[in-house]
Amino acid sequence: MGRSAAVLLRLWKRQPVHDSFSGRAFSSNAFAERRAKESKGCITVQIQVPFSLHNLAEGPPVESRTGKKELLAMYMDMLTIRRMEISADMLFKSQQVRGFCHLYDGQEAVAIGLKEAISKEDAVITAYRDHGIFLAKGGTPFEVFSELTGRVTGCAAGKGGSMHLYKRENNFFGGWGIVGTTSPLGAGLALALKYCKKNNVAVAIHGDGADNQGQVYEAKNMAALWDLPLILLIENNHFGMGTAEWRASKKASYFDRVSYLPGIKADGMDVFAVKEALLFCKEHCLAGKGPIVIECDTYRYHGHSMSDPGSTYRTWDEIKQIRQARDPIQFVKQIILKEGAATEEELATIDKQVKKDVEDALSKAREAPEPKEEALFTDMYKHDKKFVVYGCDRKQATSRLA
Amino acid sequence: MSRSGVWIVLSIVHDKTLSLSPSLLSLGDHPPRVESGWTTKARCFTFALLRKQAAIWHKVAWLQLAFSARSADSRRACFAIRAIGESGNSLRTPASTTHRTSKLVTNAVAVKEAAASSAATKPGHELLMFEALREGLEEEMEKDPHVCVMGEDVGHYGGSYKVTKGFAEKFGDLRVLDTPIAENSFTGMAIGAAMTGLRPVVEGMNMGFLLLAYNQISNNCGMLHYTSGGQFTIPIVIRGPGGVGRQLGAEHSQRLESYFQSVPGLQMVACSTPYNAKGLMKAAIRSENPVILYEHVLLYNLKERIPDEEYICCLEKAELVRPGKDVTILTYSRMRHHVLQAAKTLINKGYDPEIIDIISLKPFDLYTIGNSIKKTHRVLIVEECMRTGGIGASLRSSIIDNFWDYLDAPIMCLSSQDVPTPYAGTLEEATVVQPLQIVKAVEQICE
Repeated sequence: MGRSAAVLLRLWKRQPVHDSFSGRAFSSNAFAERRAKESKGCITVQIQVPFSLHNLAEGPPVESRTGKKELLAMYMDMLTIRRMEISADMLFKSQQVRGFCHLYDGQEAVAIGLKEAISKEDAVITAYRDHGIFLAKGGTPFEVFSELTGRVTGCAAGKGGSMHLYKRENNFFGGWGIVGTTSPLGAGLALALKYCKKNNVAVAIHGDGADNQGQVYEAKNMAALWDLPLILLIENNHFGMGTAEWRASKKASYFDRVSYLPGIKADGMDVFAVKEALLFCKEHCLAGKGPIVIECDTYRYHGHSMSDPGSTYRTWDEIKQIRQARDPIQFVKQIILKEGAATEEELATIDKQVKKDVEDALSKAREAPEPKEEALFTDMYKHDKKFVVYGCDRKQATSRLA
Repeated sequence: MSRSGVWIVLSIVHDKTLSLSPSLLSLGDHPPRVESGWTTKARCFTFALLRKQAAIWHKVAWLQLAFSARSADSRRACFAIRAIGESGNSLRTPASTTHRTSKLVTNAVAVKEAAASSAATKPGHELLMFEALREGLEEEMEKDPHVCVMGEDVGHYGGSYKVTKGFAEKFGDLRVLDTPIAENSFTGMAIGAAMTGLRPVVEGMNMGFLLLAYNQISNNCGMLHYTSGGQFTIPIVIRGPGGVGRQLGAEHSQRLESYFQSVPGLQMVACSTPYNAKGLMKAAIRSENPVILYEHVLLYNLKERIPDEEYICCLEKAELVRPGKDVTILTYSRMRHHVLQAAKTLINKGYDPEIIDIISLKPFDLYTIGNSIKKTHRVLIVEECMRTGGIGASLRSSIIDNFWDYLDAPIMCLSSQDVPTPYAGTLEEATVVQPLQIVKAVEQICE
């Protein structure tokens, strides 16, 4: 293990009392507990694809230690995302979800690797493909379905939609529709952590397409300048909408774009690789060494959004091959079976349970009420009850600053 | 008008007067004879800060002073002092309007020339507008450790208009953060920091530069509170100098009010005097909403006496600069001073304009504005914003929507011309509204 005991100790200490997320389908993520289990060294998983390093003398460890509980939790979490996205797809096709809907299936290993590596106090911000990250940050499928169908029970009370999922209490700062902005915003989150002397990191996620934005460079410069605890996570799914990375980027590798920033490239279909790389990054940031870039090589099974069949710029064969060879859920499943953490039958039971939980969440969301018209003017401004009508009768808009 | 004398128009709204300041001054070629005797309940101090102008009108000496006096609780008292010199003829007002003028004088007392009180006894302290802004910012930074400043050259350089001078030494490099020249990113960074509870004050070195951060301000800053269903607030202040300066060229003379006014979730205020600059700065920092504070390049050196004790202005409230009954003139920022300049002439001509500094550009204080319109039934809007899609256009439509029945004349709106601000002095002057235009417009409205 590359991590020093001191850092581990610090990581334990940073854990909050309530670190488990409340979602029913989601298992406990108690960091300290898991670490303790890990130290017993139940199961060792080799990282298959070696990490590529930039500006780093030493990289993350090439093997990951895990336990039965964690393995099954990962499997269940990833399966939940997969099931949820399939349901969302159907919901959209039956016109119960409108507008935009960007599905996360295929990239589950990134979200769950992230979940396993960071704590609730670590800030996360991502772009529009946010369903998986939202779940990884403690959201529930019910909140997602409610938001997708525009219900008051949604995580943004039906005002956000697919691209704008947020969870304030778990430090998930949202999905953002305009790509590239998450880098400066994430730098701001990191600045606030440093400013308030908190021992946490900010993770700003964007895709390979957004990495060509100028503001990403600006944010990298500023974060490096002030040694902000920022992890820039690039989910490289190889297509910015329908434009292949090599058609948009002169150099289609993203972890080594800036000479002064250290970077790691990890296999984004391997949840253990993502986890180890992110733990390494977190340690790097908390040691005060400034920001770090991590590129996760991943793949999305669905098209860019629902209007995109996903087959005009790539072939069905390509998708099929990756599904067969690199599927993140199958990968974990194989390890579980190989290590004897569970039997096929047990996994089938888990599959059924997850499917049922997701379906329950969906039907519950369908029954939830839609927002009332009064909600149109709420949340415009803080204390905005006085601002609902700007008329000549608005007499007491002024009292709050007295 | 054969006699030299001083008329003091005095209407005190509240008797706890703490500070007095001259908002407009004009003097002909004869020094006015100032006579004595304030008899107000409050401690009022007159001071003769009289600026001699070139003798525009031969043998006419006249002086008008409009004082706006304020008390700590920001209730207003308004004063207008008028001195009529000897043998004035070119500004002679018709008999009817003279009559009208005399009706204005609700409480006239003579003041002796020597009665200008000594500075030592004046309450409050006198400072320039950039100093007032600095004072407000400094007080808030001392009070709340979450308040921080970021922008280009705000730290070691001290701010391009000296608003943050000395802050870096006092508060440290991280709280007063010198950023690279990357408006898009540092504004985004401030918004990200604000999402977690910091209260950053972002200085746009010049308003025009903020266009590079437009995406951040519009998509990220304005909408988050709403799209997150109220989960997040962004208590950020974005401030900076804007407006047509002295031949700064098109890019550095922009008024971005019209750009930002349609962004939902933003609040916009424009300061126009040191008093309200400080109060609004403090209020903006304390507000949970994203606030854009517009400052004007030409007003940074405006001097005024402000109270020593802490005060705060309301972000949503317009300021009644001068009560009147003939026409409501709505204005803000630098144009307030152009209006006040025009008001001197107007008063002299016998008009009684009500001047309102709307302060809050979004949302409009339609309560104050509406009450005024119900009284005067005539509206003139004077702004420095662009004619097309500007603040004036929005204001006019709000007034039509809400107060159509009270209007006796079409609303007039004097705005800047729809051109990139030219460099040449004469052209630049022709771009923005000049006092003479205001006078003519009022004459036309009141016909």
